[in-house]
Amino acid sequence: MDVEAAKLIGAGLATLGFIGPGVGIGLIWAALINAVGRNPAAAGSVTTTAWVSFALVEALAIFALAIALLILFG
Amino acid sequence: MAEAHNPLEQFEIKALVPIQIGDLNASFTNSSLFMVLAVICATALMVFAVRPRNTIPGRWQLIAELCYQFIANMVSDNIGKEGKTYFPFVFSIFVFVLFGNFLGMLPYSFTFTSHIAVTLTMALVIFIMVTVIAFIKHGMHFFSFFLPKGVPIFLSPLLIVIEVISYFTRPFSLSIRLFANMMAGHTLLKVVGGFVFPLGAISAAFGIVPVAGLVAITGLEFLIAFLQAYIFTILTCIYINDAVHLH
Repeated sequence: MDVEAAKLIGAGLATLGFIGPGVGIGLIWAALINAVGRNPAAAGSVTTTAWVSFALVEALAIFALAIALLILFG
Repeated sequence: MAEAHNPLEQFEIKALVPIQIGDLNASFTNSSLFMVLAVICATALMVFAVRPRNTIPGRWQLIAELCYQFIANMVSDNIGKEGKTYFPFVFSIFVFVLFGNFLGMLPYSFTFTSHIAVTLTMALVIFIMVTVIAFIKHGMHFFSFFLPKGVPIFLSPLLIVIEVISYFTRPFSLSIRLFANMMAGHTLLKVVGGFVFPLGAISAAFGIVPVAGLVAITGLEFLIAFLQAYIFTILTCIYINDAVHLH
């Protein structure tokens, strides 16, 4: 197998790393909607925490994307 | 006819003013230019906007005061009363990263936060500063940070190893989060932008679709630019809080 083919296969496999953060982000917003539904007065502070945790989880998806790009172009 | 440009070409560092000091390449690059621009924009905002010291602020003064209040609240919420000492540092970090990310959204500009060298330097400075502060404040008691309260004694060796490893990955996760978000965002913009011409050559209707995608992605990139600056800053506040309290 030559290097180009291996690079393409590697980059494709690296995109499997998006499954985890996808589930994670869904869980965060599900918890947010639940919390705001039960207690609308807490919407402000809970939403701030939701955005912070979203960025942390999305960082993992971005790590996977960075690995895929590194394999493809590095 | 249309050469395939590498979407990673936009991250190349070009020396604008070559300066060679012995073996060291200390040229003024496009990265340095945008760092200087970020500092100039931030200083201009905070100095000139607040010039008319009205009690009821006008538009620009309001923007500067909102920036100050936003970070002051973040610092006092996360660090408490001792946070005032760290406020100038945290504010500088936030404004530098924010303007760096935003200046990168301009066409033909350069995002200096999309380089691991820049973000890792900032993250290492923060990490070393936080560790030194913790040692100065708590001395050898600092090592109790790695053993949370109420842990059964037979579990503690494993837990201490896990805590130490996760402490040392802090600068790397901090820097890679910012750099990878910026690099991935701009690469995505270039890749989608590269679809416009080939699809548009077939028919104008096909060419509109990537442009609509670009509009949406650019909006998302503005949100990500602000969010990543905010995350970098709030994590810095949390690490400073760990150093100052709970040790």
